[in-house]
Amino acid sequence: MDIFLQQIINGLVQGSIYALVALGYTMVYGIMGLINFAHGEVVMIGTLVTITVAGSLIKAGMPVALAGLAGLMAAVLVCMALGWALERVAYRPLRNAPRLTPLITAIGMSIVLQNLAMMIWGRNYLTFPALLPKIDFEFAGANFTAIQIIIVLVSAATMGGLLLLVYRTKLGMAMRATAQNPAVASLMGVNINRVIAAAFVIGSALGAVAGVMVGAYYEIAHYQMGFMLGLKAFTAAVLGGIGNLAGAMLGGILLGIIEALGAGYIGDLTGGFLGSHYQDIFAFVVLIVVLMFKPSGLFGEKTGDRA
Amino acid sequence: MKKGQFFRSMPGIGLAAALLIALPFVAALGGQAWVRILDFAILYVFLALGLNIVVGLAGLLDLGYIAFYAVGAYTWALLASPHFGLHWPIWAILPLGAGLACFAGVLLGSPTLKLRGDYLAIVTLGFGEIVRIFLNNLNAPINVTNGPQGITLIDPVSFGAFKFSGATQILGVSLSGPQKYYFLLVALAILVIIINVRLQNSRVGRAWQAIREDEIAAKAIGINTRNLKLLAFAMGASFGGVAGGIFSAMQGFVSPESFSLIESIMILAMVVLGGMGHIPGVILGAVLLTVLPEVLRYGVGPLQMAVFGKMLVDPESLRMLIFGLALVLVMRFKPAGLWPSPERQRELQETGK
Amino acid sequence: MSANLSPLLLEAKAVAKHFGGVKALQEVSLSIRRGEIYGLIGPNGAGKTTFFNCMTGLYVPDGGGFVFDGTPLVADAPDKAAGRGIARTFQNIRLFGNMTALENVMVGRHVRTGAGVLGAMFRNAATRAEEAAIRQRAIDLLHYVRIEERADDLARNLSYGDQRRLEIARALATDPKLLCLDEPAAGMNATETEQLRDLIEGIRRDGTTILLIEHDVKLVMGLCDRVAVLDYGALVIEDVPAVVQKDQRVIEAYLGA
Repeated sequence: MDIFLQQIINGLVQGSIYALVALGYTMVYGIMGLINFAHGEVVMIGTLVTITVAGSLIKAGMPVALAGLAGLMAAVLVCMALGWALERVAYRPLRNAPRLTPLITAIGMSIVLQNLAMMIWGRNYLTFPALLPKIDFEFAGANFTAIQIIIVLVSAATMGGLLLLVYRTKLGMAMRATAQNPAVASLMGVNINRVIAAAFVIGSALGAVAGVMVGAYYEIAHYQMGFMLGLKAFTAAVLGGIGNLAGAMLGGILLGIIEALGAGYIGDLTGGFLGSHYQDIFAFVVLIVVLMFKPSGLFGEKTGDRA
Repeated sequence: MKKGQFFRSMPGIGLAAALLIALPFVAALGGQAWVRILDFAILYVFLALGLNIVVGLAGLLDLGYIAFYAVGAYTWALLASPHFGLHWPIWAILPLGAGLACFAGVLLGSPTLKLRGDYLAIVTLGFGEIVRIFLNNLNAPINVTNGPQGITLIDPVSFGAFKFSGATQILGVSLSGPQKYYFLLVALAILVIIINVRLQNSRVGRAWQAIREDEIAAKAIGINTRNLKLLAFAMGASFGGVAGGIFSAMQGFVSPESFSLIESIMILAMVVLGGMGHIPGVILGAVLLTVLPEVLRYGVGPLQMAVFGKMLVDPESLRMLIFGLALVLVMRFKPAGLWPSPERQRELQETGK
Repeated sequence: MSANLSPLLLEAKAVAKHFGGVKALQEVSLSIRRGEIYGLIGPNGAGKTTFFNCMTGLYVPDGGGFVFDGTPLVADAPDKAAGRGIARTFQNIRLFGNMTALENVMVGRHVRTGAGVLGAMFRNAATRAEEAAIRQRAIDLLHYVRIEERADDLARNLSYGDQRRLEIARALATDPKLLCLDEPAAGMNATETEQLRDLIEGIRRDGTTILLIEHDVKLVMGLCDRVAVLDYGALVIEDVPAVVQKDQRVIEAYLGA
């Protein structure tokens, strides 16, 4: 039972991170139908920027909490600028290109960003500065840390902020209208370019927050870390029903929990034949199974064929 | 003479054949490494044309194509190496590898092909990762794949006593291993080109294109879209399986590292960058994307030394950076690919006015 | 009228379909006879296209069913409907845009031919003969709808009227017993409509039964042997044009009560 609870907690933490990253994918996909493969790289850059900024501020004698906050701010700003630039330079010229063209561009940008990061930060693992005191809690036989609690709280707050933005502001309404029907939205006076740019910028900001939390959680970072994280997060978005904000959040958390439980129990389930290093397959196996039965994802609307 | 007609005329074919024959000898002047790069370029032509059936003709976005290549490669590696002490002959392993890859394709395709395009992409991508993770971890408790270390000492391709590894004298000409593989690969590539051309202009090929263009309309005229999509998937997978087998034999070594997602992406990039669905374009894409990174590998380091007198940035990352930029730029300025089909080119010009 | 005496080709029996709470079709029963041009009209949203989609297998009806040519139609299998001899065009033209006009018609022969992958690879004599026959038939059909000079153009580059014709040629390539046209005159000018009318009459003369969904009441009344009127998903009347035109309920439905 304690293993079960432990894995649920671990899954919830990992899942909140997936959810934040998944939102970036789902917003862009919902509005322009593009899988922004480079989003995982944006998250990675968020982590690495925080390491540099917070690390050097701490070295300069700034209090740890303040340095961490400054690192977070820097990461958010850099990632927002990066998201904006990506859209403006790489994707916008391709609005009317064949369907696969922007996908290849996204892959190209992903390669570019990874290698830029390698040039700047090197090819070795970097240590994330210890921003938070290590406090352990115990609850019903399961252990968790202050960092884990903060990750879950920050994710929840960020996602709440996003929902407010999307459902309570004019920009949010424009975004929802564009996702429904770009042509009609633009006839109604919605500036499509602005909406798409906003989706990239907001998604990247969420990605930066996720990047900082990944760094704080695992305490190491690497220029290739964004790829698998992005892949999993995208899987989470599809799992929840891509284009659907609540779906991305729930999909992310669900994926995190499934992975954690899977990793915890796979040895027992297969009589020791498969070990926990199979953790990464759960995401994809679950995805395939879910899509087999619910082709639009768990919470996606059914988009029937129209004649 | 119309553009493109030349290579269908007798002198044209003769010239092309002479070039193809001379190529490995010219490349050998720069060292056998270049012949090997040439071999890979042609292997990728083969792979890309296999994927072209799936993506270019049938319009199914497959991001896990490398998994089928891996199935073929490991089939060969396990059945023709000291790992299990098996040394099956080529006529048994190659069809088996193709068959297993085809089976994997059907297995993956039958539940997933009803999905929307982008969902199919992510599912195939996930499948590719699953295969790779299994290859990486199936070394315990029973050692099947030997894990991340991979399998070594794999038998080369051989027909009877004639082996493709090592140098041989043929008609007074000395041929190195890579050069012999070159000719084998060229023969295979020509075969797959013929198959592609013939499929494209056939009843089945037209049905695939119809599905790509409008699935509902395709159903309405009586095309069983599910079966045909599965057929495209299975055919593409079989080609991947054959290519994997040859890869395994040519390298003498396989490990899961060769079958990562970036490989699937590279092959897709070859198809799209070249000009989706247009066979000469796909060939161009495959050759360019294999040779360009190699040229950069050899060129970037020395160029930096010459210009700056020292290594400013790691040549490996600079090379990949340039490669990524090249992808972005080509898509920016030639959205239909470097060499799209004449019809598409015309269409783009017309809409571009 | 002689067509009235010919045997039934299609019988709709109490076909019902609803989307959520909306009853798109309420137990619609009607019958189409061999060799006639049968019109299906009704105001916007009356359920014409829904009826069409149920019949051609795109939708599964919630009640009732169809008997075609003596045997029931399998629901939810558009490809099988085409095999049985039902061909259709779409209200908002659905061609294979990046294929040439000729190829579009050639694909239409798919359901009446059989060459597989092996045939394509080895190009044996049977495959070559079949391929030649497909091509010839497609060229003939392009002549039939009078767009033969556009054969090598991409379908998406054809003019609107030519696209409509091409879609009809593609449907005819499946050798249909029943050709269903979903608003073929939509967006056409008077001359084009006149030409379309000649084409439809020609197709009927050559032995294909036609079901015509149309907004253009004048065209329907002048062309059809019998007409059915749908309103709010229910059948109002099914009779010869002269009777339908005078029916009080039809007039109300169109004028909007």
